[in-house]
Amino acid sequence: MSRKTASLDSRDSYVTADGRTIGPAVMEMQNITLRFGGVVAIQDISFDIREGEIRAIIGPNGAGKSSMLNVINGFYHPQEGHVIYKGEVRKPLKPYEIAHQGIARTFQNIALFKGMSTLDNIMTGRLTHMKTGMLAQALWWGKAQKEEVENRAFVEQIVDFLEIQSIRKVPVGRLPYGLQKRVELGRALAAQPSLLLLDEPMAGMNVEEKEDMSRFILDVNEEFGTTIALIEHDMSVVMDLADRVVVMDYGRKIGDGTPDEVRSNQAVIDAYLGVSHD
Amino acid sequence: MAAAETSAARRDTVPRLLAFNAEHYADKPAYREKEFGIWQSWSWAEAKSEINKLATGLLTIGLKPGDHVALLGRNRPYFYWAMIAAQTNGAVPVPVYQDSVADEIAYVLAHCSARYIFAEDQEQVDKILEIQDKLPELKAVIYLDEGGMRKYDRSQLHNYRDIQAAGENASQKQKADLAKREAAQTGADTCAMLYTSGTTGQPKGVVLSNDNIIKTAEASSDFDKLNVNDSVLAYLPMAWVGDFIFSMGQAMWTGFCVCCPESNETMQHDLREIGPSYFFAPPRYFEGVLTNVMIRMEDAGKFKQSLFHYFMDHAQKVGGNILDGRAVSTSDKLKYWLGRLLIYGPLLNTLGLSKVRVGYTAGEAIGPEIFSFYRSLGINLKQLYGQTEASVFITQQPDGQVRSDTVGVPSPGVEIKISDNGEVFYRSPGTFVEYYKNPKSTKETKDKQGWVATGDAGFMEKDTGHLRIIDRAKDVGKMKDGRLFAPKYVENKLKFYPTILEAVVFGADRDMCTAFINIDLQAVGNWAERNNIAYSSYQELAGNPDVYKMVQNHINEINRDVAADEMLSGCQIHRFLILHKELDADDGELTRTRKVRRRVIQDKFKELIDALYGGKSEIFTKTQVTYEDGTSGSISATLRIEDAVISSAQETAA
Repeated sequence: MSRKTASLDSRDSYVTADGRTIGPAVMEMQNITLRFGGVVAIQDISFDIREGEIRAIIGPNGAGKSSMLNVINGFYHPQEGHVIYKGEVRKPLKPYEIAHQGIARTFQNIALFKGMSTLDNIMTGRLTHMKTGMLAQALWWGKAQKEEVENRAFVEQIVDFLEIQSIRKVPVGRLPYGLQKRVELGRALAAQPSLLLLDEPMAGMNVEEKEDMSRFILDVNEEFGTTIALIEHDMSVVMDLADRVVVMDYGRKIGDGTPDEVRSNQAVIDAYLGVSHD
Repeated sequence: MAAAETSAARRDTVPRLLAFNAEHYADKPAYREKEFGIWQSWSWAEAKSEINKLATGLLTIGLKPGDHVALLGRNRPYFYWAMIAAQTNGAVPVPVYQDSVADEIAYVLAHCSARYIFAEDQEQVDKILEIQDKLPELKAVIYLDEGGMRKYDRSQLHNYRDIQAAGENASQKQKADLAKREAAQTGADTCAMLYTSGTTGQPKGVVLSNDNIIKTAEASSDFDKLNVNDSVLAYLPMAWVGDFIFSMGQAMWTGFCVCCPESNETMQHDLREIGPSYFFAPPRYFEGVLTNVMIRMEDAGKFKQSLFHYFMDHAQKVGGNILDGRAVSTSDKLKYWLGRLLIYGPLLNTLGLSKVRVGYTAGEAIGPEIFSFYRSLGINLKQLYGQTEASVFITQQPDGQVRSDTVGVPSPGVEIKISDNGEVFYRSPGTFVEYYKNPKSTKETKDKQGWVATGDAGFMEKDTGHLRIIDRAKDVGKMKDGRLFAPKYVENKLKFYPTILEAVVFGADRDMCTAFINIDLQAVGNWAERNNIAYSSYQELAGNPDVYKMVQNHINEINRDVAADEMLSGCQIHRFLILHKELDADDGELTRTRKVRRRVIQDKFKELIDALYGGKSEIFTKTQVTYEDGTSGSISATLRIEDAVISSAQETAA
């Protein structure tokens, strides 16, 4: 893994040590600056996300990671710079356009419908794939019925994949935290995203739950070829999972590269991993 | 065609049973499995075609008669088919406990020199790859679920469906070879090899022949009138002989349907959806379900609670009698019918037991009140006694003769004798052939006339012909006057009282039995609260005179019970004390699985034992304890010693 990924052109593809093909960049962030009034959340950051890779964004608290994720999925529009997604410069988006562009995400503080069952929650992820109108769906008539059966079958594949058969009918509010995170991942997967954003998928989990989640993230990437961008605090998890890592501090990018490169980057060590005192 | 018919008529190997079922019950469901949220099902004809494809496929990748084919996975139709496909080739299926870690599996797989392994998913395949070096004979691993294995080296790894496809595309010669292999088999050939769990030493491979399995399946199916319309939920490990008999032996013999749950966690839910008519579960399952019901009833409204208790009391009174067909007054019958409408029916439906016609429990002693709870609801729950070496059945309870304290009469075709030291021996058509590659153990367990030692001590009841199991034979001792001393038998009886957590009975080489008691802090604490008894610690509650009185009453009851058995009448408890501390694994008094360490307790509490036998009425003691953080301290107390009432056999008889 001594390859210098920074030297790659954004249109190149390469094969990783474990045999996955990483394609050209699907998303390029060019000199992004994001301000909230006088507060500069992100300052002049550029990086790309390649097709099929697991890209991590790390940094201390308040570094601007979640803001970055919101820029990636189009929820925030940066004051300066360009987001190039699938070869086109992105314009400011309306919420329904955000949902339709093929980017799905999970949230740091779980945003599920607590009173609804696991199945219903994951079904909501299929919404953008349903075409029949509200009336037909309410009456469950004709095409709407066929459509729901098809989508339900797809959801069942996800239920099987995430091994959550036993909680199908359980209201998610009653589930333990780790399982709720898994359901949220399921909902994001149901949208069949081309880019999956995970905001601290391991936060608040015990070791076993973290292992499970890591396994699922790797499997999603491998089985479905989904490109994944994730924010995570747990360094060991990031270093094991990610192909490339962006390191942020106070809204700036201070490092970018493979886990090994990042680990040996002095600015990163000082800012995030702690200054060594010998 | 004529040849095929005669071989089907022979019904002496599993593949022939399959052919018979596919011919006679072609459209009846043979297997069901819930997958992707829906119950999938296969008829006998479909199952035969699936198995045939797989068997031919196995032949094309080099499976030979006599090879061992191991299986690692939870109960799924595909694995049952894999076993039969192996048998069709004359190979021997070896199901292995799928939750064992790699090292444990390594011993078994190396011991049987498994050449082919069926593995459910990545988790199981990874285990095999980890121990691959120890398996020089291994030729191929066949997996069901591809997830996560895209990049694995394929040279030895095959997809189940690819093997089936290879079977479909096999040459005519290969298909003819398979038919030859199938025809060459007889009842004396090996049907399967099952490894005993091996609590002491390494697991032993029990070789069971077709005759063992099929004759046992035939006899036991007749015993309970199992037929093609029955269904069973296959959820206990496939490596366990019970599942092999129920889901393979009996299912193949009678043609009933084997249903596989979606996953281990969904078993309870799937049970409810399937509503099997034939059900097996270990006592702890029934115990867990009962506790659940009781806890949820506590949360129900007052009206529902009183309705529940009213009808449950009635069921306790007459339910068992109605089930056994004994005379019950018309008004009681009417009330029971009403109870079924309002309480028992809905409850059974929730538990998934509505349709159970025959239910069995075995493995350990079941609490009498748990047992009678289910029977009073109208479930024909019975006990059986068996082991791997017997193809399960040694004794079982016939309908109408069901009691919680016996394990039933000898199963059809089984002979039983009790040796001088009380050990149970049996001889039956199901008696195993041998332990694989272990003639020494075979000789120790099975004598020349075919009698097998069970390792359990027991006796036959004179008037009913029922067998009662007392204890492991090696734990049964003698008292000073030569009477039988079976501590665990008495301790188990004591522990059935919810107030008694642990009991240790002494008496080997003594002239009377005495006991240490641990009360159950939760149960007794509840009782204390209700009766306004204040206490600040276990020790204080344990020393309370009312608690002593309660325990004394329990022991008196047990003594009456024990006195009824002539052989065990010496085991009555003469004197007892309630310990000032809970026996604890941290102090070495229990094993980590909460089994009493007799020797340690004997040494540690020697002065208390001396006091029990020395006739004192109280004793001061100081005991070392280890706290959970590893530090140690000591507690001291003055313990009272009480006498219990001793019953004589004549009294109980009268």
